[in-house]
Amino acid sequence: MLIGIPKEVKTNEKRVAATPDTVAKLKKMGFDVCIQAGAGAAASYPDASYEEAGARLEASAEAVWQSDLVLKVNPPQALGNGSGHETDLLKENGNLISFLWPAQNTELIESIAAKNVTSLGMESVPRISRAQKLDALSSMGNIAGYRAVLEAANIFGSFFTGQITAAGKVPPAKVLVIGAGVAGLSAIGAARGLGAIVRAFDTRPVVKDQVESLGGEFLELDFEEDGTGAGGYAKVMSKEFIDAEMALFREQAKEVDIVITTALIPGKKAPILWTDDMLQLMKPGSVVVDLAAEQGGNCEGTVAGQVTVKHHVNLIGYTDLTSRLPTTASQLYAQNLVHLLKDMGGGENYNVDLEDEVVRGALITHQGEVTWPPPKPEAPPAQETKPAPKPEPKPVAAEAPAKEEVPKKSGPWGAIFGLGLVGAWLFLHFNAGGLSVSAGTEKFLQHLTVFVLAVFVGWQVIWNVTASLHTPLMSVTNAISGIIIIGGLFQASGDITHPAAYLGIAAIFFATINIAGGFLVTKRMLAMFHK
Amino acid sequence: MDNQSLLTIACLTASVLFILSLRGLSGQETAKRGNTYGVVGMIFAVGATVLIALKGNFVPVIGAVAIAVAIGWVLAARVQMTAMPELVAVLHSFVGLAAVLVGFASYLDPNGAHDSLTIFHIEIWVDVFIGAITFTGSVLAFLKLRGTVSGRPTLLPGRHFLNLAMLVACVVCAGLYVGQPTEAGLQYLLIVAVIASVLGVHLVAAIGGADMPVVVSMLNSYSGWTAAAAGFMLSNDLLIITGALVGSSGAILSYIMCEAMNRSIWNVIFGGFGTEGAAPAKAADDGEAREVVEFDDGDTVGVLQGAKNVIIVPGYGMAVARAQHAVNEMTQLLRKNGCTVRFAIHPVAGRLPGHMNILLAEANVPYDIVLEMEEINEDFDDTDVVLVIGANDIVNPGALEDESSPIYGMPVLEVWNAKRTIMMKRSRRTGYAGVDNPLFYHENTRMLFGDARETMEKLNTGLRN
Repeated sequence: MLIGIPKEVKTNEKRVAATPDTVAKLKKMGFDVCIQAGAGAAASYPDASYEEAGARLEASAEAVWQSDLVLKVNPPQALGNGSGHETDLLKENGNLISFLWPAQNTELIESIAAKNVTSLGMESVPRISRAQKLDALSSMGNIAGYRAVLEAANIFGSFFTGQITAAGKVPPAKVLVIGAGVAGLSAIGAARGLGAIVRAFDTRPVVKDQVESLGGEFLELDFEEDGTGAGGYAKVMSKEFIDAEMALFREQAKEVDIVITTALIPGKKAPILWTDDMLQLMKPGSVVVDLAAEQGGNCEGTVAGQVTVKHHVNLIGYTDLTSRLPTTASQLYAQNLVHLLKDMGGGENYNVDLEDEVVRGALITHQGEVTWPPPKPEAPPAQETKPAPKPEPKPVAAEAPAKEEVPKKSGPWGAIFGLGLVGAWLFLHFNAGGLSVSAGTEKFLQHLTVFVLAVFVGWQVIWNVTASLHTPLMSVTNAISGIIIIGGLFQASGDITHPAAYLGIAAIFFATINIAGGFLVTKRMLAMFHK
Repeated sequence: MDNQSLLTIACLTASVLFILSLRGLSGQETAKRGNTYGVVGMIFAVGATVLIALKGNFVPVIGAVAIAVAIGWVLAARVQMTAMPELVAVLHSFVGLAAVLVGFASYLDPNGAHDSLTIFHIEIWVDVFIGAITFTGSVLAFLKLRGTVSGRPTLLPGRHFLNLAMLVACVVCAGLYVGQPTEAGLQYLLIVAVIASVLGVHLVAAIGGADMPVVVSMLNSYSGWTAAAAGFMLSNDLLIITGALVGSSGAILSYIMCEAMNRSIWNVIFGGFGTEGAAPAKAADDGEAREVVEFDDGDTVGVLQGAKNVIIVPGYGMAVARAQHAVNEMTQLLRKNGCTVRFAIHPVAGRLPGHMNILLAEANVPYDIVLEMEEINEDFDDTDVVLVIGANDIVNPGALEDESSPIYGMPVLEVWNAKRTIMMKRSRRTGYAGVDNPLFYHENTRMLFGDARETMEKLNTGLRN
């Protein structure tokens, strides 16, 4: 199977979908690779190094697009010189793997489907544990977060780290990161690395530990609402929550020098988190880096793709942050692609397995049909739980053995008791009526029925007692075995001089010690258990 | 409503409440409610019986109950959590004794009317037999646990034969007394009681100290079966049901304990465990060349301060030294330090099922960091420090590796997988099983000798500074 790597045509795009390293891996997996001349040049991968790794160089884009499978970074778009569109180059019945953003590019997707092309969108890979190694959004988020800090540092007029010099003291820069996703965390790490004081805010309390592990301070609202949404993203919060959040940001605006916003809600315009009045509160020369600029921006006034100045604050709205670190960005993205292709069977057994959750999730078009969005296995929980389809099989697997275990322990006993019960019952009903069975035997059998039944119930109940409560179990059974007091009570009423009566009273005495002592000590013990 | 219906309803209510009571013990949250169900059930049962059956002798009965409640109350309120096994054992003996007394009272009752004298007599025989074994067995178990009598097994020559002979004698006596008029049969029933008492002592005497959890559970079970036998004797379903519940409870506990020691119940009952001298002797020969590495308090504090993940393994030694409060304090100090502290509880740690859990709960250790063996055994790999406090056999790697070890095959806590294991011990003596422990000589193990409580307090002082 032949893989083609065209040169990206998007303006300022420096990344490429394969590096010499991944080309070698693809060759090993049984693919043939051809690459457009100069495709990796901007990412510092010269043509010669691709050839060395085993790729065939093609001079024209058209030749590359005729490959069985095209790997790209950006969605197909209009060619720069006005001579058409990349979709025109697509081979009929071919394959395409790239970022596709189907929600924003419906027309593009239609035209891909019209060419009967099977396409997978790297942004649509489900965010589940198994798919982490092919999660290109995380790879790119990491780079964007890092680069955002560097862009801010580049414009910012002071040190990040605090210094005490002979000429005087320089305070460290204060950085506020809003949204502690992959990009946010990466920004926290990078800013800490430069020596800044880093604070972070996120609507999902679960990320607190991650923020703190990177050396950031997690800002918390005095407000109970969990913003954890589907797929590791945050959900839209209530108005009260947002008001409290805004108040917190206004406080911070007076103090911080750098603000990095990374808040994205999938399929929606990015929320405005940094308002115009906050910009006014900021010190002159401060920097805001808006990682959501492409989706409308988190900061009021950011211009996508540009650096602007508003109220003496620098607003960085670059949308190509990942492309500004092209060597590593290309390597990581290309590596994600390699992992995906490996999961899909490699060069020999390449196939689109609709049963595979990852492939199905990323599949945008297939056999002339638009297959995005994938059918949801369960409708409402996808909104709440993180990985939508994954929790379904897992608890079942975990629960099954546990369920099996209980009957396994009591199973044979249950059967024996049950048989005994049925036997006793049959004996009672058939013999008592027809044959001559003495009244005593009949009574005995009735009691035996009760006994067997009670043993059965006891057996079932006791297995559920947790091991840590075995001592209270003993003391409570001790107390209730003081029920023998009833035997004493039946005998105690007679003539007091008769042994039956005083033995009975003695029995009452001992049994009562048990009842009182047993229950009280159990109460004492149980009162001690606390979380 | 006539008396019989009232009694039946009370009996049904009490039975259901008792079942709910045991059910409540399935989790810490519901356990307190479970105990309350038990109390209410008991009030129902006793109240109804008093209303219906008690027709005279109110003063002596009330007097006996009042004194007994006072005694029970004082016993329960004063008992140290470390002495819980003793209390449980002595309470078992009371059930056994009461059952024997009820048996004789029923036998002598002049007003008793029975459909079948033979069945009635057999039921009395069973009640007295089990009751007497429970009584004397529990008394001896109590004395052994208290240390009044040595915990070492007492093994008479031909003890299996002796047991069998006593059992046969009891059966013969049963044959002689069943169906006889009261005066003629009484002496045989007395003989049964005496022989069964001796049997109870003999059975428990043969069992070593480390097997006490099983013995106590077994006696728990016996006391239940006794009550059930009394129920048959008195035609009382409530006694039968309650007895059966308690009996199965004790049986399950014994089974769990035996499973935890990888031994059959027969092996324990007729045991004499840890007496086969060959294997320990061999271990001792090898052991001479091996040296343990000692730690002092300062070293231990240093290691604990650097640890991120600590597991504490308590054993009977912690109970003996009453170190549980110091252990809790250390837990607090370490947790404040940002360290994860958890407890690993072996099923047979201590002298009673669940003994360690009770002690730790008494000392205010939160129960959600106290884990069972299966829950935690795989986590030792990622643990920085394991602190073993007064435990020995339950952390013996020989149980997994050394086929000649008498405890071979017993599941143990695999503490040697941790980066560092600190064994706190009073002395270099072997555990109750009398088996040498290769863990002492393991390269990751450090020994910290001394009384558990004093040492813990010293460590806490070190950690505080």
